[in-house]
Amino acid sequence: MDTNHQSNIKLSKTKKKFLRKQIKARNTLLRHEGIEAVSYATQSLVVANGGLGNSVSRKQLLPVLEKCGLVEALLMPPNKPYSFVRYTTTEESRKAYVTLNGKEIVDDLGQKIILYLNFVEKAQWKEMGLQPLPPGLMVVEEIISSEDEKMLLESIIWTEDTDNQNFQKSLKHRRVKHFGYEFHYENNNVDKDKPLPGGLPDICDSILEKWLKKGYIKHKPDQLTVNQYEPGHGIPPHIDTHSAFEDEIVSLSLGSEIVMDFKHPDGVTVQVMLPRRSLLVMTGESRYLWTHGITPRKFDTVQASEHYKSGIITSDIGDLTLNKRGIRTSFTFRKVRHTPCNCSYSSVCDSQRKETPPSFPESDKEASQLEQEYVHRVYEEIAGHFSSTRHTPWPRIVEFLKALPSGSIVADIGCGNGKYLGINKELYMIGCDRSQSLVDICREKQLQAFVCDALAIPVRSGSCDACISIAVIHHFSTAGRRVAALQELVRLLRPGGKALIYVWAMEQEYNNQKSKYLKENRISQGKKEISDTSMQGQLVEQMPDANSQDSAASVPSIQEGGCNSRKVTNSELPIHTNRTTFHSQDVLVPWHLKGNLGKDKPVEPFGPIRSHDPGSVFHRYYHVFCDGELEAACQTLSNVSILQSYYDQGNWCVILQKI
Amino acid sequence: MKLLTHNLLSSHVRGVGPRGFPLRLQATEVRINPVEFNPDFVARMIPKVEWAALLEAADTLHLVEVPKEPTEGYVNDETFLRKMHHVLLEVDVLEGTLQCPESGRVFPISRGIPNMLLNDEETET
Repeated sequence: MDTNHQSNIKLSKTKKKFLRKQIKARNTLLRHEGIEAVSYATQSLVVANGGLGNSVSRKQLLPVLEKCGLVEALLMPPNKPYSFVRYTTTEESRKAYVTLNGKEIVDDLGQKIILYLNFVEKAQWKEMGLQPLPPGLMVVEEIISSEDEKMLLESIIWTEDTDNQNFQKSLKHRRVKHFGYEFHYENNNVDKDKPLPGGLPDICDSILEKWLKKGYIKHKPDQLTVNQYEPGHGIPPHIDTHSAFEDEIVSLSLGSEIVMDFKHPDGVTVQVMLPRRSLLVMTGESRYLWTHGITPRKFDTVQASEHYKSGIITSDIGDLTLNKRGIRTSFTFRKVRHTPCNCSYSSVCDSQRKETPPSFPESDKEASQLEQEYVHRVYEEIAGHFSSTRHTPWPRIVEFLKALPSGSIVADIGCGNGKYLGINKELYMIGCDRSQSLVDICREKQLQAFVCDALAIPVRSGSCDACISIAVIHHFSTAGRRVAALQELVRLLRPGGKALIYVWAMEQEYNNQKSKYLKENRISQGKKEISDTSMQGQLVEQMPDANSQDSAASVPSIQEGGCNSRKVTNSELPIHTNRTTFHSQDVLVPWHLKGNLGKDKPVEPFGPIRSHDPGSVFHRYYHVFCDGELEAACQTLSNVSILQSYYDQGNWCVILQKI
Repeated sequence: MKLLTHNLLSSHVRGVGPRGFPLRLQATEVRINPVEFNPDFVARMIPKVEWAALLEAADTLHLVEVPKEPTEGYVNDETFLRKMHHVLLEVDVLEGTLQCPESGRVFPISRGIPNMLLNDEETET
């Protein structure tokens, strides 16, 4: 009696648990998938956890369901952790509901999966409709015999020999070997002047001749990449570099079939089954515009029907199941291109990439747009990396801040990562920057900072005892805007208040001394990475103050270009070479973005088209100042006097006081 | 954003000028951040504070009552200085808004950061 009683309690406990889980599954389906379960019995059930996305195949699920009655339909949507079953009668579905709820089955990977069932009015699944193959794509089945397949597979020796001339590599998700030309994953191209000795394996020759004769290919390929994918391997979506190879790219699937994903830039995705011993031919749009890739996974969702071989995995979810992947070796043949690509898909063509360099602005509106694109946006993108290179405060700026009276209110306009905001605890410092990302970094350091533009600072006039503007004014692209920025800075000062201003100097060599910016070049020619800009690191030496007070140039004369620089008007902005002297006052300075990629992390093959790859180059607009130009700009302000002006490691600096 | 920072901020919408001060503060999340008490420092801040603006801000946050004006000889009034220390430096507005009293323009405060960026029309002269 006693034991019976106990087991009864146990059972009801387990039952309770299942009930809880079943309700949870019901809520999840409603919340995430919009699948509405009903509380009365119907013919159809949604089977939570029994889905292709959960590694449960049709082969496993169907017999389990059929034990409860005649299954009219089993719909298994791809990549979803659930499926829908429809029984012929409500009695049968009720039976399934009662007996299968909480039922444990073992999935294709050998893991236990517990099913939770709920009644639904009908299977809700939007049919995607029949999709055509990407234009220019063709799959030729049974293109070679099993004997040839065996020969080809055996011809590739996967050795660990590093001297191997055919450049074997183990990538993150597969092994590769190159023939004819080595494919470089760093730039996704081949070195066209350096063919590999030996060319393509002899065994390929007769096969290629046959394909040419039959018209599957039009050109004889001269480059072969052999990829080996184990179950779970894959290749990221990519378009083969246009300028590297001719139109026609063909790939032979050996050893096992696989599902390849093709994606149009509009978002249309087509999954194509590549059967064993078939040839995939990509030409035209499918070669130039669509990306192709293989999702790393151990199972593919495929059509269940036996007659089905190559081509699109349709959206007929009544006929989908899982297929365990085997080891697939692909032979991809390509012909190296020796002329620039002139395809009609210029948006993705590296030969036709038009990077029109920005021009010197001719109006305030253009100036604002230039700064938006080549200053604000860039800082937003590089903020993290930029901040990581800005840790050492410059000694003379620290000196200025330390010399201010205790209790001074100080604003840092263009504070970046806030490296000066905490220098002197006896000051109340507020900072602002145009870049939200940089201000976020300040805030993490518990600093007082806000987002604003240096031309419109939301601080009441006359409230600051001091202001600093470090490496900011040189980002304004017209003389008028630079003066306006200075004026706005001075507006914040109380009478008698001081401002310290730093701008980058055209002269990177002064009094026969090279600035640290130039010197870094020599240091960095070895292994050290070059991070670019003057605004970095510690100032090693102090330069004598510039004797430039006599300059009284007015703003218009500045525009004419004081210091031997060629005037940049109505022309493209030149791109400056980092760590060299400036040849123009208005320049684009490259910033080489360094990501967090560790060395052990392999380079992504082919590199899908992305803009934030580590190694991306961003260009920031600068107006580098000539000797005397900053003072001249300050002197156009009526209410200031210049207390000091000096040259500090490649920067022109002014301390001014509001009268 | 500390209330001392709020006391320095002013609306910069084109044409509002000094009427852009003080920004109307609305807070949905406020945190008290303990800061080491430095009586000399607080005493130096007192004359720089726009008192009416501080009163209004402290009032909307329902903080301890701020005296209508600094007490006589506040430099040596530790109770007063401690109170002001708390109000000016320890109260941290994390989420909320700042509204321009003249134009009505609302600026968001998110994660303690006021975003005071204007669009082109608001800055054109």
